[in-house]
Parts: sequence; C-alpha cells; structure tokens
Amino acid sequence: MAIGWYLVVSALIFVIGAAGVLTRRNPLVILLCLELMLNAANLALVAFARLHGREDGQIFALIVLVVAACEVTVGLGLIVAMYRRGLPIDVDELNELNG
Amino acid sequence: MAPVFFFLAALGALSGAIGVVMLRNPFYSVLALVFHLISLAALFLLLRAEFVAAAQVIVYAGAVMVLYVFVVAYVGSGEELTSGGGLRVLGPVFALVLAIELCIAMLGSALKGISGKGAPYIPGFGSPRHIGTLFLTKYLFPFEVASLLLLVAAIGAVVLARRRRGLEADPEYQARLHKPVSHLAGSMAESVGARRDR
Repeated sequence: MAIGWYLVVSALIFVIGAAGVLTRRNPLVILLCLELMLNAANLALVAFARLHGREDGQIFALIVLVVAACEVTVGLGLIVAMYRRGLPIDVDELNELNG
Repeated sequence: MAPVFFFLAALGALSGAIGVVMLRNPFYSVLALVFHLISLAALFLLLRAEFVAAAQVIVYAGAVMVLYVFVVAYVGSGEELTSGGGLRVLGPVFALVLAIELCIAMLGSALKGISGKGAPYIPGFGSPRHIGTLFLTKYLFPFEVASLLLLVAAIGAVVLARRRRGLEADPEYQARLHKPVSHLAGSMAESVGARRDR
C-alpha cells in the first residue's frame, strides 16, 4: 500500500477527533476524542518512519503514547474530583474557575 | 494481501473513531475506542512497527482503557443532554473543511514519496531490539524525561483525586459541626455521669 493512504486515514481520524472535541459536552468523551487525535498523529509518525526506513518516527510515537497516558491520568483525576464535589459533569456548565 | 488487510484495518479504525464521537453513552464510547485502538495496532503492524503495535495494545487497550472503564462506572454514564449552541453546528462544518483541506494537501500534492511504498524493508526494522538501542543511545534524554513525566502525572492524579476534608460538602460532617452542645459538655460532672443534660 502506498504511504499516502495511511496519511489519509490518519487525517480522517484526526478530523473525527476534532469534531468530537468541538461537539461533545461530557469531559470523559472529550478526553476520548483527544486520544483519537493523538492516535492520528501517531499513525502519521509511524507512516513517515516507514517512508524513510528509519525508526526515529516510531520513537516519537512511543513518546506520544507516554504523554497521552499522562494526560489521561490527570484528566480522569480531575473528573473524579469534580464528581466528588458534586459538580455537573458537563463542560458547558463548568465555565468558571472556582477553588 | 496487504491491501485487503489495510482496508479492513482502516475501516475498523474509522468506524471505531466515528463510534467514539457518535455514541451517546460514554461507556459505549470507551468500547468503541478499544476497537479503534486494536484496528490501529493492525495498521501499525502493516507499517512494520511491531513494538509500537504491541505497546499500543498492552498500554492503551489494556491499561488506559481499564482506567477509563472504572472512571465511567464510578462517575456514572449519564445520557448527555443535547443543546442547540452555535458550536454544535459550527463544529462539524469546521471538521469537514479541515478534512477536505487535508485530503487536498495529501492526495493533490506532487510529493513522490507518499505515493510510493516507502524505503525497502530491512529485517529487524521496528523490532524491540532496534527501538531499545535507539532509546538508550540517541534518544536517552527524551526517555528519561518521559519517565519523569509519568512520575509527575501519577503523583498529580493522586493529589487531584484524593478525598479532601473541607472542600466537599459532606452533610454528616456539617451536622457534626453544628450540633448543639450543653454548657456542661466536656466537664468532669458530665464525665462521671453525675450530671446529664436534660
């Protein structure tokens, strides 16, 4: 398969993730859509690694995997803290910073 | 054979992604993402990235998604209310425009490289041995920074999600604070039982 097709799939996944971030209101689902966007970037990185025959792109993809795991951990921690305080789990309702 | 596998995996990845966005129940969104991640791992395998594919399945589909499932089960997967805000309409339009632009940029570009099959395959490309060698020589610093980042995220999550006294409105705790006490409370007369309040 030509590398270009992998890039097209990656672009489509990224766009679907961006649309999800813009339209959904549940922060859990927004985190999932961010995962989609990061995975799209990963697919592009691995495709370019294959294109050039070097493994550097795969290293980048693994680092992105680590960063995504960190982001999920902190994001889910925030959601659990929101739930504990009885705040609504809805990004439209949460529009002020309030310790 | 490779094109067949590519189209199956790409179809799986795209349908999983659409499922994440479209499904109303967050629990089903998480399951759709698991399907998407496994399809994506198949695409990684087709691109000869064996180690990345294995890490994807073990770390993402295994560990991170379990975390998601637990949080969804804890918070409760309530149905989402739909609202008619301006962004609800503008979001898909923006996404469509971005998709068209990206497809023009890639398919319409005169880049020779992306219409080819890539560099010739060398045995061992993308194997754990090569990746590990790169991580411990050329990319040692990012490797260490990534480990530090994981530590920071783990501590941050514990600090964020721990049970805090005073921040939450605990009715039991509030009731205990405002309990009326008699003027003899805590005195010796009360402790020996000689004098009980009313």
